[in-house]
Amino acid sequence: MSQIFHRHANIYARLSMIAVAVVAVSIGGAVALLNVSGYNTKQDEFVEQPIQFSHLHHVGGMGIDCRYCHTSVEESAFANIPPTKTCMNCHSQIWNTAPILEPVRASLRDDTPLHWTRVHDLPDFVYFNHSIHVKKGMGCATCHGPVDKMPLMYQHATLQMSWCLDCHRNPARYIRPREQVFNMSWRPPSDDPDMGARLVKQYKIASVEQLTSCSTCHR
Amino acid sequence: MTSQLAARSSRLVSRVGAVARSAKAAGSKVLLVLASLALVAGCRQDMHDQPRYKALRPSTFFADGSSARPLVEGTIARGTLQGDEPFFTGKDGKDDVTELPFAVDETVLDRGQERYNIYCSPCHDRTGSGNGMVVQRGYRQPPSFHIDRLRTAAAGHFFDVITNGFGAMPDYKAQIAPRDRWAIVAYVRALQLAQHAAASDVPGGDPTKLAKPAAEGSEKKH
Repeated sequence: MSQIFHRHANIYARLSMIAVAVVAVSIGGAVALLNVSGYNTKQDEFVEQPIQFSHLHHVGGMGIDCRYCHTSVEESAFANIPPTKTCMNCHSQIWNTAPILEPVRASLRDDTPLHWTRVHDLPDFVYFNHSIHVKKGMGCATCHGPVDKMPLMYQHATLQMSWCLDCHRNPARYIRPREQVFNMSWRPPSDDPDMGARLVKQYKIASVEQLTSCSTCHR
Repeated sequence: MTSQLAARSSRLVSRVGAVARSAKAAGSKVLLVLASLALVAGCRQDMHDQPRYKALRPSTFFADGSSARPLVEGTIARGTLQGDEPFFTGKDGKDDVTELPFAVDETVLDRGQERYNIYCSPCHDRTGSGNGMVVQRGYRQPPSFHIDRLRTAAAGHFFDVITNGFGAMPDYKAQIAPRDRWAIVAYVRALQLAQHAAASDVPGGDPTKLAKPAAEGSEKKH
């Protein structure tokens, strides 16, 4: 009797085994890429807000310090979103008839807070604290990016755990002098490669074992 | 011959069947993985967004939609009793206090400089002459700190103005803690002195021989 399968079937069978492996790896790779992509992390996405507040104008143009509005960043876990009163400190007189600022005036008039949309939203099982990071020489721009160049606020980093661990495993690479924490244009000095290690020691940054212990961030 | 053929074909059928069964099993495995991925995705959000209030998170429970509740009037949190009137108001009875309620050292002045540059310099500018960026954009210009009226004003006056506002200036009591307000007052005094110092105020009497001021480092900040 004749063969049921043509002799080429052998090569098809082998090829299809390779194809299965290739497809499996690509699916895995695609899932991994999707996981770190902006689609999943919301990285670099502008967020719709009730007012098109521009950090580019207020920080970059006017030179207002982060802490003028984010008053509790040095003392508290939460950096604080300013109340309407803080906007009106200046906008009671400047641009006080501008239509774009009507929601701010309405908020003051009706005593109802503006409903800003959160841009940096860590999972609730992460207990992040701004004050300790600021006190230990982590600059705002290290995590939040060039805020002074952002016409609308967006999330600069992935905010994924691997990103947190990058620094918790090697703080010397990211640390800066305390007095430069709020400086948006600070760059590490090129002539002082030991600065990081020195500051880690000087600011008594916890050991890598402690910084990467689960309960440091998760409780 | 016929029986041989039958046996072979039945073996073949059973082999084909086995292949088909294993393909089915593989298919259901893929389904299982997909389903568990979907499950994992579902769980993920539950743990991400737990039913508890974080700072400024909205609430559907309270009528005003805010989870942060205003304090009942008259509430004093432990350790926040503002009993020391001169310290918390800058006034002793009706009069402004003339001196700072605590000793001023370099730490206080540094803190004052830092807080002044954050909260005051947008209008008053870094030297206190009242030409800050916000004024340049149209805010009513504040008086210079270097006019006689303000140079002779009591320390408590500045504290009171920071606390309650004055003229076009809004109050800063929500943004600046009382001790920092005093530190700013101390720094305003330093600014005033800087514009009205005589050569004899300089140690050694020769201002050209002064060491580089420590403030220069913090000036580079912005």
